[in-house]
Amino acid sequence: MVKELLTGNKATAYGAMLARAQVIPAYPITPQTTIVERIADLISEGRMEAKFVKVESEHSAMAAAVAACNTGARAFTATSSHGLALMHEVLMWAAGARTPVVVVNVNRAMGPPWSVWADHQDAMAERDTGIIQFWCENNQEILDTVIMAHKVAEDPDIMLPALINQDAFFLSHTSEPVDVPDQEMVDRFLPPFNPKEKLDVDDPKGFGSLVMPPQYMEFRAKMAKSMDMARDLIRKVDREWEELTGRSYGGMMDMYRCDDAEFILFGAGTMMSTAKDVVDDMRNEGRKVGIARLRILRPFPFEEVRYLADRVKAIGVMDRTYTFGQGGPLYNEVNAQLYNHTNPPFTKNYVIGVGGRDVIPRHIRSLFDDLEKVQENGYGEEGEIHWWGLLDGSTPKEEM
Amino acid sequence: MPGTMDEIPITPINTVNSTVVKTGGWRAFRPICDTEKCIKCWSCWKFCPDVSIAISENGPVYDYDHCKGCGICANVCPVKCIEMIPENK
Repeated sequence: MVKELLTGNKATAYGAMLARAQVIPAYPITPQTTIVERIADLISEGRMEAKFVKVESEHSAMAAAVAACNTGARAFTATSSHGLALMHEVLMWAAGARTPVVVVNVNRAMGPPWSVWADHQDAMAERDTGIIQFWCENNQEILDTVIMAHKVAEDPDIMLPALINQDAFFLSHTSEPVDVPDQEMVDRFLPPFNPKEKLDVDDPKGFGSLVMPPQYMEFRAKMAKSMDMARDLIRKVDREWEELTGRSYGGMMDMYRCDDAEFILFGAGTMMSTAKDVVDDMRNEGRKVGIARLRILRPFPFEEVRYLADRVKAIGVMDRTYTFGQGGPLYNEVNAQLYNHTNPPFTKNYVIGVGGRDVIPRHIRSLFDDLEKVQENGYGEEGEIHWWGLLDGSTPKEEM
Repeated sequence: MPGTMDEIPITPINTVNSTVVKTGGWRAFRPICDTEKCIKCWSCWKFCPDVSIAISENGPVYDYDHCKGCGICANVCPVKCIEMIPENK
């Protein structure tokens, strides 16, 4: 194991190299571009044995990756924001065709107004495609997750594509020390991809062809079943990775100091790293606070949410995006799990950090203060969905 | 057709060969080649999207079990020796 100083994008490229991805169809987009550049370098330097396919769009990138998977090759690609949106149709295809392509998405705001900064709108819009979604908070987690995601996605019982999310610039362009595992160890962990059904000129079959109504529903039910089965596999793969490297990401959810916590903030990505630091400080002051960080969005970690619901007084859900007309997406997801739960805790939605706006320690502390207050006295003037730090006077000036 | 969930494969694949599935019944217009005028350039053979034209000494031979009558062969023919005849005539 070698420790290197890597950006999130370089960690992504190293992950693909160590996973022995064989076909990389990719199209550059800010802030993902250096992933594509680094992978092209690794191939030209002879460090990575893969076919790099230059394509004319993200739609084509994903289509080529699906086709590569159909031949039995391990396929990897990366994109961001509008690029992911352009892939949308083929994400559906990859899931339905049961081709376990692994895609890294650098989370970036959707335009207009044009923005290249961190925001979770792009990935949240792909919740219904049938793609497994991993979310990362640091560069080590990105590298590890690329390898783990291949193992989960390619399992014969799962066979679904996987999306790995990392925040634009906060991770993609920020260098951190990253342990680069030995190839030999990764090979032991991740066997070669060997799907049951492959394109074969000597035994021609139609892939993804027409089925009639009496069968379509069964294929979708099988997808649903595989997605549900992925929960246990993700937990198992996380434990296996921990045995090899000492690193675990919590299985389905990353819970930080949640055991005896009364107030919890739940959210995704890099802002939760900041939140963990704040929780350490507040714990020293005797406050019973904790952080639940989204690790897997699909399949949704409903057992983990209910585990927390049994223990805490209130959950504040931080959303770095919005579902127009229906609150923050994570807020919806959490509340949906609590409706049929006995004595659900109080919940409030904080829309925060949208479009790359900084989320700093003072904000996290303010959210905890607000959560304690509204849990006691009920929602204030702002209601249950609070756009935190909006320039409309709703957030106290000293807390912005 | 598989009858239970267990019999349905995880990957949606069709194992029935396309030679068995006859799509010629979709055709509204039938291509007919005037082999006297044909110059054997094989543009029709090259452009046929359904691989329904075979090469012969006398000109194109149509596989009417699979030709859907799209008319691309007639359109690309440089000497216009392929005519599209309505099937109901």
